[in-house]
Amino acid sequence: MSQVPASPGPDDDVSDEPIPMMQQLIDNPFLLLFLGVAMPTVLYIVWGVMEIVGIPIAK
Amino acid sequence: MAVNRNFRTCPSTGLVYHEPAEKLIRWNAVAGVVSLLVGGVLALLVTLTRWPAVKLLPPDWFYLALTAHGLDMLVFWIIFFEIAVLYFAASTLLKCRLATPKVAWAAFWLMIVGAVMNNIAVFKGDSSVMFTSYVPMGAHPLFYLGLILFAVGALVAVFVFFGTLVIGKAEKTYNGSIPLVTFGAVTAAIIATFTIAAGAIILIPTFLWSVGLVSHIDSLMYRTVWWGFGHSSQQINVAAHVSVWYAIAAIVFGAKPMSEKVSRTAFVLYILFLQLASAHHLLADPGLTSNWKIFNTSYAMYLAVLASMVHGLTVPGAIEVAQREKGFNKGFFEWLRKAPWGNPCFSGMFISLLGFGFLGGISGVMMGTEQLNLIIHNTIYVPGHFHATVVVGTTLAFMALTYFLIPTLFRRELMFPGMAKWQPYVYGIGMSAFSLFMMGAGTLGVPRRHWDMAFSGAILPHEFPGTAYLMMGLTAVSGIAAVIGGGMYLAITVGSVFFGKKIQTPGFEHVPVKKGMAPAPAPVAVAPAGHGSIGLGGFVAPGTFVLAMVFLTSFVLYYFVNWKYLSTVWPLK
Repeated sequence: MSQVPASPGPDDDVSDEPIPMMQQLIDNPFLLLFLGVAMPTVLYIVWGVMEIVGIPIAK
Repeated sequence: MAVNRNFRTCPSTGLVYHEPAEKLIRWNAVAGVVSLLVGGVLALLVTLTRWPAVKLLPPDWFYLALTAHGLDMLVFWIIFFEIAVLYFAASTLLKCRLATPKVAWAAFWLMIVGAVMNNIAVFKGDSSVMFTSYVPMGAHPLFYLGLILFAVGALVAVFVFFGTLVIGKAEKTYNGSIPLVTFGAVTAAIIATFTIAAGAIILIPTFLWSVGLVSHIDSLMYRTVWWGFGHSSQQINVAAHVSVWYAIAAIVFGAKPMSEKVSRTAFVLYILFLQLASAHHLLADPGLTSNWKIFNTSYAMYLAVLASMVHGLTVPGAIEVAQREKGFNKGFFEWLRKAPWGNPCFSGMFISLLGFGFLGGISGVMMGTEQLNLIIHNTIYVPGHFHATVVVGTTLAFMALTYFLIPTLFRRELMFPGMAKWQPYVYGIGMSAFSLFMMGAGTLGVPRRHWDMAFSGAILPHEFPGTAYLMMGLTAVSGIAAVIGGGMYLAITVGSVFFGKKIQTPGFEHVPVKKGMAPAPAPVAVAPAGHGSIGLGGFVAPGTFVLAMVFLTSFVLYYFVNWKYLSTVWPLK
C-alpha cells in the first residue's frame, strides 16, 4: 500500500492546531483497549472477588 | 515472507477487498450461518417443548437441546459473524491489507475445532449444563476445552483486527480518525478482549476441575467471573450491531452521523461501562454487597444505557436528515413513510433498532435495578429480555447486513427477492412478540429453563393463573413464526451463496496493488456546513425527536409500573 503514488496523504493536510486531548484518546485504540479492560477488571472482577474472599467461612 | 497485496474494487459499491480478508470474511460468515442453522432447529424443539399443550421433548432431551441452542446461538453464530464484521470494518473500510492472514486462518480453524468439540460434548448427552454451566454441575471436559479453544481463536482474531488498524495507520490508507463504523468495531473488539480474558480466568480452572486436577471451584466465584464472560459476550454484540446500524444508514441513505463527536463519545461510554452490567445477573446472590451490585448496575450501567439512547437517537436522526435533504421534508414522518420498506437491508435494521430499544433496552434497565430484579429473577422474563436484545437487536441487524454483503462480497445475485422483502418482518415481528409474551409470562412468575411449568408430581406444586398458560402458548406460536423467518433467511442466504446467479464483471478481478488497483487514501472529509432549510420548528430531525419522546415516556411509565407491581407482590407493613 505504501507504493501508492501521487495521492494526497495526511502530510499534505497538516494543521497548526493542536489535536484536542479527547480526540487523541479516541484515536488511540490501544489506550482505549487498556481502559476498556482495566475498568471492568477493577470495578467488576477484582472488587467482586475481594468481596467473595472476605465472606467468613462457616464452621 | 511475501505479502499478499491483491485487492479488488466492487464496481457497484466501490468497496475495496483485500484478497485474504475477503476469504476470511466469507468463511467466518458461513461458519456463523451454519451455527445459526443448528441453533435454529434446536430453537424450534425448545419452543415446542415449553408450549404446555405440546411438550415435544422428554426432560433430558429438552435440557440437551436448550444447552446446545444457547451455545450455538449466543456464542458460535454471533462471534463467528462478529469476526467477519471486524475484518470487514478494518480491512475493507480502511482499504487496508489484513494483518497476518495465516494467523487469522489459524484462529478461524481453532474456533471451528472449539465449536465442533463443544457441540459433540453436548450432543453426547453428558453435558446438559445450560449455557451458564454453573458449578458444581459438571460437564464433560471436552465441553470446557471446546469453549476455551474457541475463545483463544476469537482472541487471536481480535488481535489480527488490531494489527490491521496498525497497518492501516502505518501505510496511510486513511487520513485522520478511523471511520465511525470501524470505531464501533474497535469498541466491540475491546469488549471482546475483556470478555475472553474473563472466560479464560474461569473456564481453564473449571476444565482442570472436570479432569480431576483441581478439587473444588467455589460456586459464587464461578458465577461472578463467568458472568464477566457470559454477559460481556452479549455486549460485544451491542457494539457490533450498533456499528451495523450506522453502516446500513450510510449504505442505504448515504446518511452521515448527526454528530460524529457525540456518536464516538457514546462508543467510549460503552468501552468504559458496558461490561459492568454483567453484575445484574448476580443481584439476587448473597455474598456480594449492595455497594458492588448497585455501583455496577444502577450507576455505571446507566452511562452505557445513555450511550445506547444516543445511538438510538442519532441513527434514525441521521436517516431523517438524509431523507429530508432528498426532499422528503413534509410533516414529522414523511421521511419514514417513504423509506425503502421493501429493502430488507433497511427494514431489518430499523426493526432491529426499535426492538432493541423499546423491548430489550427498557426491560434491561428494569432488570438491572436491584429491587425490581426480585420480581423477575430466574423467570422466563430474562430470556424474553435477551431475545429482544440479542435476537431482535443483533441477529436481525446481522441478517440485514447479509442482504448487502451477498452481492458485493459473495458476488451472487440474491435468490428469492420477494421472500427477502418479507423475511425481516416475519422474523422481527415474530421474535418481538416471542420476547414480549415471555416477559409477560415471566412477570406472572413462570420459571425459565424449566421443562414443566406445572411442576407435575412435585411435592409442593404451584398453580399458575390461566393467563400464564395463555402467555406460554402465545410465546410458542410467535416463536414458530420467528423460526419460519429464520428459515426464510437461511433459504435466501444459502441459496444465494451456493446457487445464486454469479455476478461477472471485469471489476471483480483481484489486481496487485502495484498495478494501480490499490485504494488511494481518501481525502479528508469536508465538515458539513449545515442542513439548509430542512426540518420543522428549528429541529432538523423533528420526527426522530417525537420518536425519542415516545420512547422516554414508555421507559418512565414501564419503570414506575414495575415499582408499583413490586409493592403489591412484596407488601411491607
